[in-house]
Amino acid sequence: MKSLAGLRAIRESMHQPSNRLNNETTTRIMVGMGTCGIAAGARTVLLTVMEELATRNLQHVAVAQTGCMGMCEKEPLVEIEVDGQKTTYAYINADKARKIVLEHIVNGSPITEWVVTKS
Amino acid sequence: MFYRSHVLVCTGSNCNIKGCQGITEALRRELTRLSLEQEVRLVETGCLGLCEHGPALVVYPEGVMYVRLTAADVAEVAEEHLLKGRLVPRLLQPTATVDSGYSLNMSPFFSKQKRIVLKNCGLINPDSIEDYVHADGYIALATTLDTKTPTDVIDVIKKSGLRGRGGAGFPAGRKWEFTRWATGSPKYLICNADEGEPGTFKDRLILEGDPHLILEGMIIAAYAIGATKGIIYIRGEYDLSIRRMEHAIAEARKLGLLGQNILGSELEFDVEVCAGAGAYVCGEETALIESIEGNRGEPRFKPPYPAQQGLWGKPTCVNNVETLANIPAILQHGAEWYQQIGTANSPGTKVFTLTGNIINSGLIEVPMGITLREVIYEIGGGIPEGRSFKMAQTGGTSGGCLAEEHLDIPMDYDSLAGHGSSLGSGALLVMDDSHCIIDLTKCFLKFFVHESCGQCTPCREGTPALYSIIDKLSRGLATESDMRLLKRLSRTMQSSSLCALGQTAPVPVLSALVHFNEEVEAHFKGDCPTCKCHTARGGRQSAN
Repeated sequence: MKSLAGLRAIRESMHQPSNRLNNETTTRIMVGMGTCGIAAGARTVLLTVMEELATRNLQHVAVAQTGCMGMCEKEPLVEIEVDGQKTTYAYINADKARKIVLEHIVNGSPITEWVVTKS
Repeated sequence: MFYRSHVLVCTGSNCNIKGCQGITEALRRELTRLSLEQEVRLVETGCLGLCEHGPALVVYPEGVMYVRLTAADVAEVAEEHLLKGRLVPRLLQPTATVDSGYSLNMSPFFSKQKRIVLKNCGLINPDSIEDYVHADGYIALATTLDTKTPTDVIDVIKKSGLRGRGGAGFPAGRKWEFTRWATGSPKYLICNADEGEPGTFKDRLILEGDPHLILEGMIIAAYAIGATKGIIYIRGEYDLSIRRMEHAIAEARKLGLLGQNILGSELEFDVEVCAGAGAYVCGEETALIESIEGNRGEPRFKPPYPAQQGLWGKPTCVNNVETLANIPAILQHGAEWYQQIGTANSPGTKVFTLTGNIINSGLIEVPMGITLREVIYEIGGGIPEGRSFKMAQTGGTSGGCLAEEHLDIPMDYDSLAGHGSSLGSGALLVMDDSHCIIDLTKCFLKFFVHESCGQCTPCREGTPALYSIIDKLSRGLATESDMRLLKRLSRTMQSSSLCALGQTAPVPVLSALVHFNEEVEAHFKGDCPTCKCHTARGGRQSAN
């Protein structure tokens, strides 16, 4: 497996263009970025999520923004979709966002007290 | 760097003409203005396929495509979609609506397609080897070098049933085998990218959209046949293809994917680009070889075939761009996987360029055996301006004209050959009922008169003779003996011309005689039911 190892070395030396939907994407994070979300601080949440994913090198996660989810009162809203199962978190800030990435995505246990809806 | 969104701007030739350069610049400006440079990555990618609706861009991860953009539209997309996360409905691609689903994958234009050759086209930055490697690029090559002998590779390709995509449909594995076992050294591998067929631009867009895929296919092919030197013969007008390919070669060399000891193996192979000078006949493999050697582009007598005596008299394998682009996927997923796609005699997919009177003209890849009806009405979106379908020409200028009754025949090598046409180079020209078959045939013949290289008599003398008879027919002046001569001359050219140019030049004529017999009869009697192209009896002279 000499050549494959060589290719892997090349691949690892390259910068990773991630966050593109592909076959390996199993998890999606949607951040509500309607006017309501932005006003409540969704941009900081989004940037924190992205930073956290990059630090942890989570290749299987895609991040997207979405419009108003309809619960403007509870913004910033973050929706996590793992294998088709959706969980929506409310009143998220940068700290909470970091914890969600760790607990929900890395450890696989949703933080129930922040959840508003589940599918 | 982690980006939350990727914006892919099509920079294929067709969008280039429509001004995608301005779109990219405007987008870059907007991203700076909105301070989104750190969040949104702008990728200049290859053809997205919907050339009719360019300039276009796609926003990922949502997969939303915006079409027919102007610089002002870009500002709106950036502000609304990228900053605020709201769709811009008025700019969505035609089949998408906010309610029915806007993702690319839901549009019939894309959902009916099966993309193997075009899997990265419109998704990665063709000028970035990083993008290609991260899209699982060069994995097929690495695993092949590790686990397969050259004969294993040839066996896989033979078993997959891959046939040459340049037009003739010769089994690719057998061609490789001939070159592998031929004596002589060095051996050459040539990638034929001299796409001269009018209305065909698939090779151009593959080269522009995913140059590393061709390189990977070529390196695997070189390993299989034992070639040490590769040449990509690209049509001279294909500026962007040449530029991107040369860039790709330089990047691959830097990483040791070309040169000596490729990926730490014993393999030695290098590639260079050779630009053609615009002669149609140079798409013929032996004329192409003559041209590389610096001679006039004239076909050679065969045998000896290039596999025995090709470039500089050495064993040479000439493969079409699309054929080579299929190789990595076959090696990666196996011959059985490939055989399941398409039909028994023509496995795999085919890339087509849709042109003419069709709503979604552009670039598509579909499984072999799909019907013309599905391609034209479901993927192509049908005939514009409420007109009805008249004919489709498959295979480029040298292909046959198919009429409405052929809409349901499966599109593969053998079925089309059975109806006097061919898959050819993958051009699909659709014409509505406002066009006259004789006028069209005249157009095609004029092209052949111009492009005949003049080396062999049947083609040199035959093409102008065919043209003059069709010209007479269009003016209502053809006699019974002209019509007999037309058929005899066609048969003579088919059987005695030196290369495929002369052999196939009569194909559109013969298919018109068979499939549009009534219209031909009408012209013979001095009437043209569609465009009144006859001038002898008071009509006007047509465009040609």
